[in-house]
Amino acid sequence: MEGIDGSGKTTQLALLAKWLSAAGHPVLVTEWNSSALVKAATKTGKKKNALTPMTFSLLHATDFADRLLYNIIPPLKAGMIVLADRYAYTAFARDATRGVDRNWLRELYSFAVRPDLAVYFRVPIDVSTDRLLARRVKLKFYEAGMDMGWSNSLVDSFRLFQGKVLDEYDRLVDEFGLSVVDAVGSITEQQRIFRKLVTQHLEIEPNDEPLDELA
Amino acid sequence: MTNRSTSSPEDGASGGARPGSYYGYGIPYLPIDGYPGKIIAIEGTDGVGRSTQIRLLREWLEIQGYGVIETGWTRSELMQPTINLAKASNTLNKLTFVLLYATDFADRLEKEIIPALKAGFIVLSDRYIYTAMARAGVRGVDRQWIRSLYGFAIAPHLVFYLKLDEKTLIRRVLQSRGMDYWESGMDLKLGDDIYESFRAYQRALLREYASMADEFGFRMLDARRRIDVIQDELRRQIGAFLAESDGVGVGV
Repeated sequence: MEGIDGSGKTTQLALLAKWLSAAGHPVLVTEWNSSALVKAATKTGKKKNALTPMTFSLLHATDFADRLLYNIIPPLKAGMIVLADRYAYTAFARDATRGVDRNWLRELYSFAVRPDLAVYFRVPIDVSTDRLLARRVKLKFYEAGMDMGWSNSLVDSFRLFQGKVLDEYDRLVDEFGLSVVDAVGSITEQQRIFRKLVTQHLEIEPNDEPLDELA
Repeated sequence: MTNRSTSSPEDGASGGARPGSYYGYGIPYLPIDGYPGKIIAIEGTDGVGRSTQIRLLREWLEIQGYGVIETGWTRSELMQPTINLAKASNTLNKLTFVLLYATDFADRLEKEIIPALKAGFIVLSDRYIYTAMARAGVRGVDRQWIRSLYGFAIAPHLVFYLKLDEKTLIRRVLQSRGMDYWESGMDLKLGDDIYESFRAYQRALLREYASMADEFGFRMLDARRRIDVIQDELRRQIGAFLAESDGVGVGV
């Protein structure tokens, strides 16, 4: 699941996970930048604003490699469904916005497993900003791209930075065949479209096998 | 904007890059063309006396009036605690191992090396990306991938490789600090016998370095010789290089 902050992708992911689990599918959720391995370095770097676009990018790649080997590949081998809240495309979009070379990024992430389905929740920058501000979410320094020094205002910087991230995502849609969901619609409508996409890509077997065959 | 004219982005880090330019795609937001500083890398396994040689070189260069900074592997403020922690807790796999080192290098490159080059310093690097490549190579990481990863590195002006034979290497490491888990390649599960694992690992490392010598234009020095003999040789070659690139040199 891809999309900028405020696109609603985490909400959509949670609803999808509920549905899949209820249907009896073993699901594992993994989140961007969540491995314990790089937590200390990311925290130190963020606190001191010491991260450059390159070190930020490499730390995310390290996090991804760690989760790939521990949280993504084993469940795939065990026949489970891995739901990734952000994937390599996040790096392609964000890091390129920060000025990291696009080709270098693609080669860097060439160790990643290509997902069976990549869904991009596309939302205009005004909508995502309104959603975040309505929830009184405090915009974070790096998410707002404050490290780029484009604006001293957190909100203005967020709009500028995430606006450019949106442009990068648009390039990725064709390049990687991302399935686009219009993330302006209602939560329920988006979830309906999302489930339809997932159904197409997964062999969801009807749960009507006679029990005696298992005996 | 970018600095690709003379490097070969498709290949990432590999021979053919002009000294002082990026090996591969580079860092687009940091153009480095025309910076006056120089990078001199001293490579080699453990026990070859790199830090002694660098200390002596620094002294010699400063007396001649050159500004010198030193940089070394895993010395970045950002990454050192994480790398130490990760090594201690054995949670690294070969990919995260490689990527943590690359992050450390990127941090030092942007914060120490590039500013120093811009200001005209001579950067003496205790190990360079070749150490990372050798360690990754031993662990079976894809060669093309790691070269592409280090495409953001700058090709040094000079790379000296202090070379030891396997037997001398093993004796020197045992004499100095002994075997540790990672330098013994215990993560590679080459065997339960730590000495055999250590030996196999060091042998494989030597092979990796040797395989890079031509590709990256290593200047080979026999590290079994006396410290002062090696130092004289380093000074002779560095002196010739600096005289040529300065035109005249600072003079004494």
